[in-house]
Amino acid sequence: MSLERINEILKTYSNAGRDKLIPLLQDVQAEQGFLSKESVQVIGRHLGLPASKIFGVATFYNQFRFEPMGQFHIQVCRGTACHVKGSLPILESIQKELEIQPGRTSKDGVFSLEVVACIGACGLAPVIAVNGEFHARLESDQVAGIIESYRKKAV
Amino acid sequence: MKVTINNRVLEASQGETVLTVAARAGISIPTLCHMEGLAPTGACRICVVEEIGSGNLIPSCSQPAYDGMEIKTHSPKALNARKTIVELLLANHPDDCLYCIRNGCCTLQDYSEELGVRQRKFKGDRSTYDLDVSSPSIVRDPDKCILCGKCVRVCEEIQGVSAIDFVGRGSETHIGCAFEEGLNVSSCVYCGQCIMVCPTGALAEKDETARVLTALRNPEITVVVQHAPAISVTIAEDFGIKPGTDIVEKMNGAMRRMGFDYIFPTSFGADLTVIEEANELVQRVTSGGPFPLFTSCSPGWVKFMEEFYPELMDNVSSCKSPQQMLGAVVKRIWTEDQKLDPKKVFHVSIMPCTAKKFECDRPGMRDGSIRDVDVVLTTREFDRMIKMFGIDLEQVDGEPADNPYGQRSSAGKIFGASGGVMEAAVRTAYQMITGKELPNLEIKTVRGFEGIKETEVKVGDLVLKAAVVSGLGNARKLLDSIIAGEKTYHFVEVMTCPGGCIAGGGQPFTSNPDVIRSRMMSLYSIDSAAEVRTAHSNESLKKLYKDHLEKPGSHIAHEMLHTTYVKREVLK
Repeated sequence: MSLERINEILKTYSNAGRDKLIPLLQDVQAEQGFLSKESVQVIGRHLGLPASKIFGVATFYNQFRFEPMGQFHIQVCRGTACHVKGSLPILESIQKELEIQPGRTSKDGVFSLEVVACIGACGLAPVIAVNGEFHARLESDQVAGIIESYRKKAV
Repeated sequence: MKVTINNRVLEASQGETVLTVAARAGISIPTLCHMEGLAPTGACRICVVEEIGSGNLIPSCSQPAYDGMEIKTHSPKALNARKTIVELLLANHPDDCLYCIRNGCCTLQDYSEELGVRQRKFKGDRSTYDLDVSSPSIVRDPDKCILCGKCVRVCEEIQGVSAIDFVGRGSETHIGCAFEEGLNVSSCVYCGQCIMVCPTGALAEKDETARVLTALRNPEITVVVQHAPAISVTIAEDFGIKPGTDIVEKMNGAMRRMGFDYIFPTSFGADLTVIEEANELVQRVTSGGPFPLFTSCSPGWVKFMEEFYPELMDNVSSCKSPQQMLGAVVKRIWTEDQKLDPKKVFHVSIMPCTAKKFECDRPGMRDGSIRDVDVVLTTREFDRMIKMFGIDLEQVDGEPADNPYGQRSSAGKIFGASGGVMEAAVRTAYQMITGKELPNLEIKTVRGFEGIKETEVKVGDLVLKAAVVSGLGNARKLLDSIIAGEKTYHFVEVMTCPGGCIAGGGQPFTSNPDVIRSRMMSLYSIDSAAEVRTAHSNESLKKLYKDHLEKPGSHIAHEMLHTTYVKREVLK
């Protein structure tokens, strides 16, 4: 996102104080898809807050990302039903397959991984969603195949 | 109002905490997150005491005393709670005290011992964060961190830098820089005040004693050592000698026993800085600015300026610090006089400062491939070396420093206290402008621990307006008022650490303000007892100018003793 676009968002927060930090971060992330180093520092200058403080606040919440989302965004449900049905091994296989931790994006930019508390599809547990496509009643040994099928579609 | 603590009736005033009232009566309650002079956070809970009547455990650091309050600070209930808190803090601790740089000077270790912790009661997953060795000065080991938050607070509230903060949530909370970067790309100025408040080994100076030992063992290398003005009045503390005792001569003796070949006090370099900086001030007074002139001896401040106030760059004195001036003189002049190959001379600098490790790496601090200062050790690292060599300071005979740079004025010695550079420079600038000595050499208005001090000195027809500031948070306030045009000065001294180098980030650990006060008193009593009290009356220095440097501000002096600054892009 260009600096001008961030500045346009900042204009809607003129004379704002530190209490406006979270809505401002949400607006920038909605526009940019993530919070870049540059945008965090620009927001900091606007609100009079150091980058370390903003990063501290942003990492407290699950909703903020610091890398662009991958072309395919994988959400792994770790809600109670999915947990009972074995979502942890699913998550571990995905981490192993992509070599990334939750909240991160793979080096090639194709995949990003997110852990969600409940995706609202308990009847399909354990379940993951890739760009909104659901994969139900998964076993860990299916993970590699699913990832491969998306990798083929990657541009 | 009256408060009863441990059956003793004590007087308390409105708003005082239980901890403060107890401390005044000599009752010591352990604390891990408490910071004198800052608002309590009540984060660590180890200071809990039992309130008689309710039977509740209350955190004494944040609980205001009230009339009729009854407290037991060391009841079985309070002691049990404290022990459990320490045991919980140890649940994910690396437990590697034997190998830890804070072994023997760790608050967490002390409390475990005091509370009789003899087993690992709770076994949690050990933290496995990366060690941050990215900076030339400070090593961060988040595995050892207990999240007391003192480093974050000192960085933000005292120094106004905010390089670090709490990152993450819950059991994954840790201290880090923005975007999990290393300290080297953060706004950290390497002052080391975070190390001074850290109760564990999570923050420490980058230990470089091994490099010095290697040089000392090599018979082909001539090892030169310089020691900062604030070292001789603090180093005694780690050897059980009364705080504030000046042991400069014993320290020289110890250095020779360890194998250092030549000893020059950094105060000689400070005298040189005084001459060059006073000359710069005089030049600006005669040519009309730019004002104010800022001092440049404190490397944390210099980096702070480059990051946050680059617009003031032209106002900062171009003088190198005393450490680097002496380094340049030793490597570039002295080696030639001594017919020594500068490649075979190793220059060690003992400093009260972690930022000096960064300073000696700056560009311009070398002549081709020859570094002016090879290694900077903090007071603490040097203490460890003395202990390693098994030297009993009580038994060491006092010895003088070496010639030709062994003679210093006491003006170069008071550099170690906030206000000292200003006082020393004004003594010499006065003489340069008027041709006479300052009638009263002691400028008492710039002494002491106040954050911002102001003074006016009549120098001939000019009323010289000066300010002295220590602690970068205070500096920020002063700089903002100067930029806003609310304040005008000719000359401003800035010291990174509150109180100056005597309370630097490389000094022996203490949280006792009386100890730091005694260090400062010691420097001023050295000054009042000294025969040579101005840099311009230092005979060895005059000879150095006559033989090599021509005159203050000469071409060669500029080449060797002055430097330049850069605007720094950091994560801020």
